[in-house]
Amino acid sequence: MTIELSVNNESKSLAIDTLLSDALQTWGYGNSKIAVAINGEFVPRSTYTERALCNGDQIDIVKPVGGG
Amino acid sequence: MSYHKPEQDFTLYGETFSSRFLLGTALYASPQLMRDAIIQSRCEIVTLGLRRQNPANRDGDAIWQYIQQSGCRLLPNTAGCKSVKEAVTLAEMSREIFNTDWIKLEVVGDDYNLQPDPFGLVEASEILIKKGFKVLPYCTDDLILCKRLLDVGCEVLMPWGAPIGTGQGLLNRYNLRTLRERIKDVPMIIDAGLGAPSQAAEAMEMGFDGILLNTAVAKAHNPPLMAEAFGDAIDAGRKAYKAGLMQKRQTASPSTPTIGQPFWHQQ
Repeated sequence: MTIELSVNNESKSLAIDTLLSDALQTWGYGNSKIAVAINGEFVPRSTYTERALCNGDQIDIVKPVGGG
Repeated sequence: MSYHKPEQDFTLYGETFSSRFLLGTALYASPQLMRDAIIQSRCEIVTLGLRRQNPANRDGDAIWQYIQQSGCRLLPNTAGCKSVKEAVTLAEMSREIFNTDWIKLEVVGDDYNLQPDPFGLVEASEILIKKGFKVLPYCTDDLILCKRLLDVGCEVLMPWGAPIGTGQGLLNRYNLRTLRERIKDVPMIIDAGLGAPSQAAEAMEMGFDGILLNTAVAKAHNPPLMAEAFGDAIDAGRKAYKAGLMQKRQTASPSTPTIGQPFWHQQ
């Protein structure tokens, strides 16, 4: 079984019950300085290993950039 | 003999700074130019942001490294957020990634001039302050909005000089003077819209406490030199404010004594 979700507005497929921490490794964010929101809600780093992703989740992953 | 009165501290949320210049880190032609501009500006606070990025894209890494090496205090922003929910979520993401509860709060109300949404700004400020954030709101120069922001717990205000990136200078001097006159004891930083060091000096002469800008430095032909020029202008404006400007007069008044004027004969 797979689920479909959106990562930074791109479609992705994952095995059902994949944890956020594992998904971030799969997508190449393993050692990056990132922060995550799912469906518009902030997800603290301390919960990545507990958060199972769901079909239809909209995930935002952000990194530092220059800003004014 | 020194004529300098002891400088009042530039204190924001309990932290004291010797520089009154806050510099943005976007829009530079290279990370090295950004680094050199930060150094030449003598600033102690820099703004930065968070954006979606492909994990393979390492473009932001050099910027982030230079910002860390600068030793400046970080002031992350919520640029581009158009709702209270977006701004609150991005602030929470910023707090985790940058390990700071300071946030330059932006809630955009209009795409054309990027004007802050005053209602969203107050609502988001109240929520974030209850969550423990130290909010520095990017706001308009409206007195009542500024009072409402203070009511919900903001301890710093950042009214615009002009819309972001326009370089127009101080568009509404009446409103800005009124703000300074009516809100005397709260640090106020002119944020955005300045294009020339003379405009920054004018804002400081009016009694504002600091200047935040980005585009005017980043888009100069020589950003480090422009950063230094703004730093000098901000210092000069502050000194002028402390020294006290003369009153303007409508008619000329000679500065050289008229008594003893040569070549004068009673008619």
